[in-house]
Amino acid sequence: MTAISDPQSVAALAAEAVDNRVNLDFETEGMTLNMGPQHPATHGTLRIIARLDGEQVISAEPMCGYMHRGYEKLTEVRTYPQINALINRIDWLGSFANEVPFILAAEKLMGVEAPPRAQWIRTILFEMSRIANISLFLGDFGLQLGGMTAGFYAFRDREWVLNQIESATGGRFHPNFDRIGGLKDDLPKGWIESSHTAMDKLLAFCDELEDLLVGNEIFQARTRGIGVIPAEIALSYGLSGANLRASGVDWDLRRDNCPPGLVYDKADWKVWTHPDGDCFARTWVRLQETREAAKIVKQLLDTIPSGPVMAKVPRIIKVPEGEAYVATENPLGEMGYYVVSKGDLVPFRVKIRSASFNNISIVPWVARGAYVPDLISILGSLYFILGDIDR
Amino acid sequence: MSQLSSADTETLEEAAPAIDEAREAVLAEITARLGEGVVGSHIRPGDDLWIRVDRANWVAAAEAAKAMGYRFFDFLSAIDWLPSPFGRDMDSQEDRVVSGTPAKEPEAMVQGYAGGETRFQLLARVYSISAGMGITFKCDLPDDDLTAGTWSNVYAGANWHEREAREMFGFSFDGHPNMINLYLPADFVGHPLRKDFPLLARRVRPWPGIVDVEPMPGVADEEGEGE
Repeated sequence: MTAISDPQSVAALAAEAVDNRVNLDFETEGMTLNMGPQHPATHGTLRIIARLDGEQVISAEPMCGYMHRGYEKLTEVRTYPQINALINRIDWLGSFANEVPFILAAEKLMGVEAPPRAQWIRTILFEMSRIANISLFLGDFGLQLGGMTAGFYAFRDREWVLNQIESATGGRFHPNFDRIGGLKDDLPKGWIESSHTAMDKLLAFCDELEDLLVGNEIFQARTRGIGVIPAEIALSYGLSGANLRASGVDWDLRRDNCPPGLVYDKADWKVWTHPDGDCFARTWVRLQETREAAKIVKQLLDTIPSGPVMAKVPRIIKVPEGEAYVATENPLGEMGYYVVSKGDLVPFRVKIRSASFNNISIVPWVARGAYVPDLISILGSLYFILGDIDR
Repeated sequence: MSQLSSADTETLEEAAPAIDEAREAVLAEITARLGEGVVGSHIRPGDDLWIRVDRANWVAAAEAAKAMGYRFFDFLSAIDWLPSPFGRDMDSQEDRVVSGTPAKEPEAMVQGYAGGETRFQLLARVYSISAGMGITFKCDLPDDDLTAGTWSNVYAGANWHEREAREMFGFSFDGHPNMINLYLPADFVGHPLRKDFPLLARRVRPWPGIVDVEPMPGVADEEGEGE
């Protein structure tokens, strides 16, 4: 052990020593429970070290980094179009939504704006990514709480929206379809009609799931009053998306601070909030969000303008010097890119602000005092994608 | 490249006010609260606000912003302004000497909006939901003492972000409750997001993207768009 003089190793050893003495002031037999890195309830490789006093959690510390891919470093050696393919892999369930804020940041620095038709299709695909992402949550959360059926319905009906994304972009999970100045291609023939059908199916799925899962007595017993997060705490941790709206904060970037390039103001829709801040509220808000997303898609499909899908941009993308932060309301919450450009083919620095990173950093706070089965409810309802935490 | 954008751009530029009164007022209030602590600022009208504070006022800036209603914590990170010694193709200066290529003159260090004097700058952003505006804070850290006060007592979410900034850039944050690595193994050597940390994968294999950005034969002539 040559590294023992390294202060970090010393600190790690000291922490280990503290681990062995946990619960001394409680005078009870403490227990350290290791969940993960591979555990069915963590969907991914999130590892949680929980210290228990009987059935109660004294502390829960998420251990990140099992999927850290160093995207912020990689962006410094890749061109803007290449980064677009890379950042698809951050939140892999709503990939198209990852591309949009980055492309919008580059467009802002370049002073380019996509033509209206591209803005419409962008918004439609953005909302479809949201549906694909959240519909899986609705099924998966049921699964984690022991309701197997919901999972099958979710996987069945998510196919409808994945098929639409695939037929428009060519990729089910990683479209890489957004371009600086517009989109790669126009929509295929018959896509608008088939999208209407898909959205109808999804709206029916929401109704079905509301009866099946959200109205279920056992589900409510497992989620109501569990993992309550007050609004002020949520804000200071930077919780965003449905997690924040479930704490009663009426804030949605799509409505309140929509960056130019997306056309949410062209559709009539509603931002849902819930005052409770518990696991049930988070699920309920997401269910409503899925419905609203389907409504947005249906309205925009009817008003989609004709015209080109690509603005005139140079073939070799050089982004002028400057800094810009663009954030959008992604399925998991606020996702933003702080782009620093030096006028080169590659960005100088890209800070990726991903939603799950902030959303999951509240776990040590919210899990304290919870019971072990409730920890599953809390983790499930905060809803994270591992790639979105570790980047 | 006479016209880079569609016709809508002109109207947008007209709509944006030349002087952003709301952001000017925010800047004035922060300046009133911190006094000499504000050492630089930049406003992009209708879009964003950058404020650079000195290191002694880094935590005070967070407290002032929170008191002004900026309760939503966005992120905290840093920028290393050193021009990459490896260049775009990731060939280091030493490799160039070995292969006989003359060494490049290192580029000058140029800091971004709101200026700066040091290589490392802290970068943090907070947001006010009621005002619908965000503030991006910057703070210079001298090379010989990469230390700043912790924001985690003001914004609890800064806890993890500071842990990430510590391991990626090698900073330390005074008063932070849990200053251990977040992503990297405890015995990891180096700070990956520093510009002088080589990306080894690129050293072993040259940059594949270099093929894509060279004008392809014929295409550039036909379109007349290539550079």
